[in-house]
Amino acid sequence: MAAPSAPAGGNKPRSKALAAFFGNPLSVLGLAIVTVIVLLSVFADWLTPYPEHVGPIGDFAAMNMPPDETYRLGTDTMGRDLFTRIVYGYQLSLIMAVVVLSIATPVGVVVGLVAGYKGGWIDYALMRITDIFLAVPPLVLAMAIMGFLQPTLMNGMLAITAMWWPWYARLIYNVTRAEAQEGYVLAAETVGASTAHILFREILPNCWPSILTKMTLDIGFVILMASSLSFLGLGVQPPTPDLGSMVAEGAKYMPDAWWLSVWPAIAILIVVLGFNLVGDGLREAFEAES
Amino acid sequence: MSEPILELNGLGKTFEADGNRVVALSDVSLTFARGGCHAIVGESGSGKTTLANLVLGLMAPTAGEMRFNSVALPGDRGKGHRRAIQLVQQNPLSALNPRRTIGASVRLPLDVHEIGTSSGRAARVAELLQEVGLEPDYAQRSPRGLSGGQRQRVAIARALACEPELIVLDEPTSALDVLVQARVLKLLERLRVEHGLTYLFITHDLAVVRAIATTVSVFQRGRLVESGPVEALFAAPQADYTRQLIGAVPVVTEEEARLRDAIRAGAPMPAAGPGA
Repeated sequence: MAAPSAPAGGNKPRSKALAAFFGNPLSVLGLAIVTVIVLLSVFADWLTPYPEHVGPIGDFAAMNMPPDETYRLGTDTMGRDLFTRIVYGYQLSLIMAVVVLSIATPVGVVVGLVAGYKGGWIDYALMRITDIFLAVPPLVLAMAIMGFLQPTLMNGMLAITAMWWPWYARLIYNVTRAEAQEGYVLAAETVGASTAHILFREILPNCWPSILTKMTLDIGFVILMASSLSFLGLGVQPPTPDLGSMVAEGAKYMPDAWWLSVWPAIAILIVVLGFNLVGDGLREAFEAES
Repeated sequence: MSEPILELNGLGKTFEADGNRVVALSDVSLTFARGGCHAIVGESGSGKTTLANLVLGLMAPTAGEMRFNSVALPGDRGKGHRRAIQLVQQNPLSALNPRRTIGASVRLPLDVHEIGTSSGRAARVAELLQEVGLEPDYAQRSPRGLSGGQRQRVAIARALACEPELIVLDEPTSALDVLVQARVLKLLERLRVEHGLTYLFITHDLAVVRAIATTVSVFQRGRLVESGPVEALFAAPQADYTRQLIGAVPVVTEEEARLRDAIRAGAPMPAAGPGA
């Protein structure tokens, strides 16, 4: 009955969250990985030893070179520096992830908010559409879209976006259903606030922890999905450096020229791991906050 | 008694789902005088929360009508009625958005109803906070660091921001400990007098009723059992159910136990203080 009336004291929720994040070595490791990858991608033109190798032409005198002092990770079949190509692959992957998520997230969030708050037939219609998208295996849907359209970077992003928003709709739908029961929503209703205010100013701020956590985790997964598509030859086309197609290309030369596919594969592993560690850290931090 | 602010005529609410009919409220006719604190008591499932929801316009009645200031209340409330009838909820922990500042929560009604100029609203928020006994610098704080009593004060400030005529208090102190409860009741009483407010005070706590209410209406299973001024009803409860309800109040002292036994026996109640 009697609620604890003692104040939480001077312990600000935000500082608690920060302490939880930085207190976990795995989160810090993830943040370090993500920071390095982002910096490398943004400043790729200055930080890579052979930025000219991003195109089709490399050094034909140095094709399929194993890792050595000149080419730290070796060169590919065109004599292009693998490290340079991996960094530009990261750049492309991050751009794709950002574009996909910056479309999929708002769409999914709005659908989830409206369906979860309004209920009734609106809920039913929106969530059944969402379910239809969720019922199709993601890679199959993307392959269908890519097979139907041209396998270009643009269509790749379109395909991944089309299959990604329903997950946000589902997530935010569930959060909204729970939040709509909270007293502050009732309070906003009784003072006469508009539906838009209740959705975007009252409920949405309480969705941010879920959204940010999922987005961070998803950057890794979108990169993985884009790589899977290009591994299958349905994504980015040569000579654009892409981690997935580099793995596919290099796999033909296994095990002699192992570096061709092993390094890009490890690169995918590292970036997915990095974003996952940060995402898990964020989740724990948000839990510590509330 | 002054003129009525709220009249209920044959009000009823029946929920129907999958062929099940639940009568939550049936044939309730009551008149609430302006400026009073009208307690609605009853145990869980007696229909008192349904009554609150109907008055607030959160659901539409299935029978009867409500008149507010002698004008029929429409099922779909306009902004004016929304503003005039406010709510303070039971659970102060959930009533404030944890991700908005205290100031934003109190300011919301001012923005919604366009009360004052946008620059004057911040000052009004500070004023409202002071009025409920909080420092103005609470406006920048998150509700997370506040105690239950402080949060309830913020919720009261928010209701007050609408400049309402009627406030539905849905067990506003039942989640608070006894000392805090007494202070919040005192605050509510002061605000009622100063602002000429009318309260619809929903509670199951008869000690609170005796402390603050002017009239009391007893509900049981969706029906109005008994209604009248507090002193009269406590002194001589007419209905068996009311006697049981008063008799069920937990007692601490031997004197209270004697009082209770007297009430159970149906004897008139000696005039006594609210006992806290």
